[in-house]
Amino acid sequence: MQDDPKKPAEESPGVSRRDFLKISSISAVAVPLLGTKVVEAAGVPVKVYGPGKVPVELTVNGKKHSLQLEPRVTLLDALRDDLEITGAKRVCDRGECGACTVLMDNKTVYACSVLAIEAQGKAIATVEALMQGEKLHPVQQAFVDNDGSQCGFCTPGFVVASKALLDKHPNPTPDEIRRGLSGNFCRCGTYHGIQQAIAQMAQRGV
Amino acid sequence: MPDYSWPTAENRSLIGKRISRVDSPVKVSGQAKYSYDYHGSDMLFGKILRSPYAKAKIISIDTSAAEKMPGVKAVEIIQKPGATIHWEGDEVVGVAAVDEPTAEDAIRLITVKYQKLSHLVSDAEPPAGTGEAQGPLSMDDIDDLLDNQVPNQQIVSQIQQYGITSKADESTLKELKTDGATDAILDAIRNAAVHSEAAGREHANYQRAAVVTQGDPDKAFSEADAISESAYGTPVITHCCLESHGSTAEWPDKDHLFVHISTQNVSGIPAQMAQPLEVPAANIRIHQDHVGGGFGSKFAADRWDITAARLSQKAGGRPVRLMLERDSELKVAGARPSAYARVKVGAKKDGMLVAWQSQSWGTGGPGGGGMPPMPYIFAIPNQRKEHTAIRNNIGPARAWRAPTHPQAAVITMGALDDLAAKLNMDPLDLWRKNIEITGPRRDVYREELGIAAELMGWKDKWRPRGQNVSGNIARGLGLSIHTWGGRGHESHCDFSIHPDGSVDIKMGSQDIGTGTRTTIVIVAAETLGLPVEAINLYIGDTMYPPSGASGGSTTPGGVSSSTRRAAVDSREALFAKVAPALNAKPEELEAVSGTVRVKSDPNRSLSWKQACAKIGAVPITVRGNNPDKTKPPDLTNSGVGGVGMADVEVDTETGIVKVKKMVAVQDCGLIIDLKLAESSCYGAMIMGISYALFEEKVMDQASGRMLNPNMQFYRLAGLNDIPELVVHMMTGKGYDERGVIGLGEPPVISPGAAISNAVANAIGVRVSFLPLTPDRVLGALGQKAGA
Repeated sequence: MQDDPKKPAEESPGVSRRDFLKISSISAVAVPLLGTKVVEAAGVPVKVYGPGKVPVELTVNGKKHSLQLEPRVTLLDALRDDLEITGAKRVCDRGECGACTVLMDNKTVYACSVLAIEAQGKAIATVEALMQGEKLHPVQQAFVDNDGSQCGFCTPGFVVASKALLDKHPNPTPDEIRRGLSGNFCRCGTYHGIQQAIAQMAQRGV
Repeated sequence: MPDYSWPTAENRSLIGKRISRVDSPVKVSGQAKYSYDYHGSDMLFGKILRSPYAKAKIISIDTSAAEKMPGVKAVEIIQKPGATIHWEGDEVVGVAAVDEPTAEDAIRLITVKYQKLSHLVSDAEPPAGTGEAQGPLSMDDIDDLLDNQVPNQQIVSQIQQYGITSKADESTLKELKTDGATDAILDAIRNAAVHSEAAGREHANYQRAAVVTQGDPDKAFSEADAISESAYGTPVITHCCLESHGSTAEWPDKDHLFVHISTQNVSGIPAQMAQPLEVPAANIRIHQDHVGGGFGSKFAADRWDITAARLSQKAGGRPVRLMLERDSELKVAGARPSAYARVKVGAKKDGMLVAWQSQSWGTGGPGGGGMPPMPYIFAIPNQRKEHTAIRNNIGPARAWRAPTHPQAAVITMGALDDLAAKLNMDPLDLWRKNIEITGPRRDVYREELGIAAELMGWKDKWRPRGQNVSGNIARGLGLSIHTWGGRGHESHCDFSIHPDGSVDIKMGSQDIGTGTRTTIVIVAAETLGLPVEAINLYIGDTMYPPSGASGGSTTPGGVSSSTRRAAVDSREALFAKVAPALNAKPEELEAVSGTVRVKSDPNRSLSWKQACAKIGAVPITVRGNNPDKTKPPDLTNSGVGGVGMADVEVDTETGIVKVKKMVAVQDCGLIIDLKLAESSCYGAMIMGISYALFEEKVMDQASGRMLNPNMQFYRLAGLNDIPELVVHMMTGKGYDERGVIGLGEPPVISPGAAISNAVANAIGVRVSFLPLTPDRVLGALGQKAGA
């Protein structure tokens, strides 16, 4: 999402909610440009993609992928169905559960709530990228040691969120843990193991 | 005959220790493939058009525009015009298209005309004097009873008492058996009186079961020193599995079906798909590596799974993935029946329970439902029980972790807790006073109550009701006890030791997150004296010998028993090959620490690899079975007891309940992996906090629709809601020698009751119904203030 409305729209090819509200209130000044339309929203040109499939380029786990996707396709579905990178799970599909948590430019996002076209030009990292060769990332190892997974469907999201939390707060306070992991839900009830895993990491001082 | 019995404590190097879950590494790294992750080549995406109405008749269906749409490869009408819809979200038409957006668009192009019928989605207390008496049962009625987890004995007695509406042929009986009918139920049907005049009658929404009376309740109440009367209950809740239900179906050729399905019942699925698809079960292959939760809701091949297979068939066999969206998952793929009761319970001055009376009601959706086993555990000598089942349009029920027990616990333990308050007794004392009527696990409860009280600090912390208040914060303690069976199910495996020393096990079981894989490899490794990493385990496929569904805590006992017998037999076969090289008799050998050696002279030994080199060209392969009377002893058992305690804090200004601490004390016979057993209890307590404080399937009475079919408003407990959790597993003498018993269900039973009782202890008044939401807490406080 753009915080600065004056920022050139090219850097964020998706249409943010705020932009959309603006577009809906302006007269369409549509200029065809290389297959995409550009409309002016509050004096700023905004690219409009689709309808139909458009070329989308995603950088996932350090690798560039060129795809043809409808603009409505989410980053999550592009990862899972087009790139067959399935670590991030589709559970609620509306930003409520955290099972699809991935890193976008090192910040956690719900991949179900980001359009693939919005994720262009960003570095996407999924749980699969955390492994260091054959070796588990220390956060992953802490989840294994403390049994932080049962059925395991929420686990990839929790692992990514935990890594991001620990990157920011290597020795998190209980409050920071609550805030950092409150966006993820588990049905089997693995929170106890996850708390122990975070505690193990904090002690380790990563 | 070889000794199959479990090794004694001093001979165990793995069993009972804390060993990490063997499939954790693939789960934490995103490598674990769930059925939802399977991506067949040239795969199509399936979607289902669902009824927006809770009750309606389908008048017409027009799919022509969808069929013409580019990218649509198959359309399948699931329920034809004339069919009656019984719940919102019921399946009407299925579509398969080249991608998901196209399938969604195609669904929007289908026009269905409905005739709306009046619905009932309430499960409020039945109005006085309503309800038809139970009459003869149709086969559908019996199916409904099975679906609603009505206890087998109740089903048998209903059939015996009321008869059936039509004679059942053997194929119908076979179907009922597939649906879970026991031999006793089938025998009751065979011998039942047939009342064909009652066939085809419409059922009323409210159905009264016969009054059950035991002893002389009126006399006992008149002689009681204290009587407590109140209402208790739990609403309909959903399973909310994170991996939704569904499957990907494909036809490699026109006679063979291959299904990747999210299931708790790998071996049982082909039989369920065979009949509707008219394909021999032997031609159907099921595969599943991992499943994202089931909790009792994933035993069936569902209508959407059959639809996926039909869509694939129509599309020339291309794989069709049909996984439910979250809203459908919450609306149609599983609900736990509600149970409410007005209870009157009486005791003598010393707390001795003498009489119980309950008028209960609840719904399991269209099938009505049965009465939970009340009074739970405590065999109160004088009882009168009436139950009214509500048939409504809330959606179908499914087994939910420990079917009927959490409901029975909330009602019973709540009533006893209120009675203790009336007697000015510490509930712990009342429970102990009545321990003799808790049945065969009474000594276990006695021991567990002591341990739990110690771990909770009950003696220091407990205050009479409403007397631990500081400002607007009220603190309280509550407790509950529970029981479950958990005998091991039927299980078969093929167990091989190869000439190069590698070992593999093939079993058509599944690991639903309970640690089935870990259980199997620990048992195998222990028996062969190898590390767990040495065992290759293949599960989750109908190519392997069948093993039972993972439900009712039956898996650990089943898979550990079949594995143990196979491991012992294959080890004996290896000893026979190796004995000459060690100049010993086979029975003089043992397999320990990666060697095969002579028991009396450990220096005469071969490494495992050297020993296996004596096998010859063909691996040793044996079949392990459970049960297996030819290979005693019985390695599994049934019947466990457990205790749950809760310490809560209630903000009397906001009505918010915060659980501060929970204790679980549990027995489950011989524990295979202590770490995973404890995990099961931690998870169950957390799930308990979730259904005690947050979960409810909320229905809109006017539209008949579910109001919270998402994870924002169908709220699960989060990390922030988790207090200090303490688990104590009963092990050692008196427990280990009982054999392996399942643990999935028991620890989830008590938390709701314990939390409800703790809240009553804190605020001095009962909040009748779960979940204990702020509005309900404030309502109860208001009533108390007004009283």
